[in-house]
Amino acid sequence: MTNAARTVHFKIYRYDPDQDAKPYMQDISVEIESTDRKLLDAMVKLKAQDDSISFRRSCREGVCGSDAMNINGKNGLACLTAMDSFPEGKPIVLRPLPGLPVIRDLIVDMTQFFKQYNSIKPYLINNDPPPERERLQSPEDREELDGLYECILCACCSTACPSFWWNPDKFVGPAGLLAAYRFIADTRDQATSDRLDDLEDPYRLFRCHTIMNCVDVCPKGLNPTKAIGKIKEMMVRRAV
Amino acid sequence: MKRLVVGAHYGLMDWLAQRVTGVLMAIYTVIIFAAMLGGATASREAWQAFMANGFIRFITFLFIISLCYHAWVGVRDIWMDYVNPAAMRVILHVLTLLALVGYAGWAVQIIWRL
Repeated sequence: MTNAARTVHFKIYRYDPDQDAKPYMQDISVEIESTDRKLLDAMVKLKAQDDSISFRRSCREGVCGSDAMNINGKNGLACLTAMDSFPEGKPIVLRPLPGLPVIRDLIVDMTQFFKQYNSIKPYLINNDPPPERERLQSPEDREELDGLYECILCACCSTACPSFWWNPDKFVGPAGLLAAYRFIADTRDQATSDRLDDLEDPYRLFRCHTIMNCVDVCPKGLNPTKAIGKIKEMMVRRAV
Repeated sequence: MKRLVVGAHYGLMDWLAQRVTGVLMAIYTVIIFAAMLGGATASREAWQAFMANGFIRFITFLFIISLCYHAWVGVRDIWMDYVNPAAMRVILHVLTLLALVGYAGWAVQIIWRL
């Protein structure tokens, strides 16, 4: 295998509030090698070339969720996006996650996102004294948590959701609702009814109009829309 | 003081009603299209006789009520999504309700006249 270098063109959203009056798009190119397989690899090269370009990254393998950004118009993780997935000759357009305040370049302020996540009490509520070893579940009950616990809170889904754009202060958003269902579905949790009470609200849950942008962008292949549907189904079962 | 408040604790019944009314309207649409293919609209007299049928009147009334409820939830959702000042939302909600009640009354009057 050759390590042939090739040039990749980028169009990157730049904004440094200390220097720039307003954001602008910068055209920039970088030489990458065939070993630079993922977008994040190319961006690290870019950063070496111009260290004023700012973005978050940490684990570089889709576990930490730091490098979520808008890549060619679609939210995703730079570390999971393959360089060969881009069409040849066209610049790769990178923008920060939409709908959240920009701190600098591709770094956004996630406060609102985590506020919503915290609002669903993302922890097990069980008032029984802890058993000596652990709280057990049957394999079937445990299975219900698959597709829920894997969320890495990268915010790709919530920031792709128009309902979250218009009401980020009131709508929990797909990531928060997926996490909410993760605890509602957990047989070890004792606050199911309180959790449903908290979500039964025209804004907190029912702003979801099932357009499924969240499912389309989730880099972990999760399905927040399905989880939201299950929350609604549980509410119906409780009410009728 | 402007504190953010959420927790109105409604929404499930509206969400469910929107689904149910949607299904009702879809069924009604199929019935009407089938009737049209069957020649119910061939002439004014045929159309009038079709609409004067008790069962058709019954389901047409259900259709109108479904349409209004469905539209109420949908239009209200749009106001809630895009209109931020609460006073403005109240005004729009009231206007929407008044318009829908007016339309429903008008439609009922038309069916009953047949």
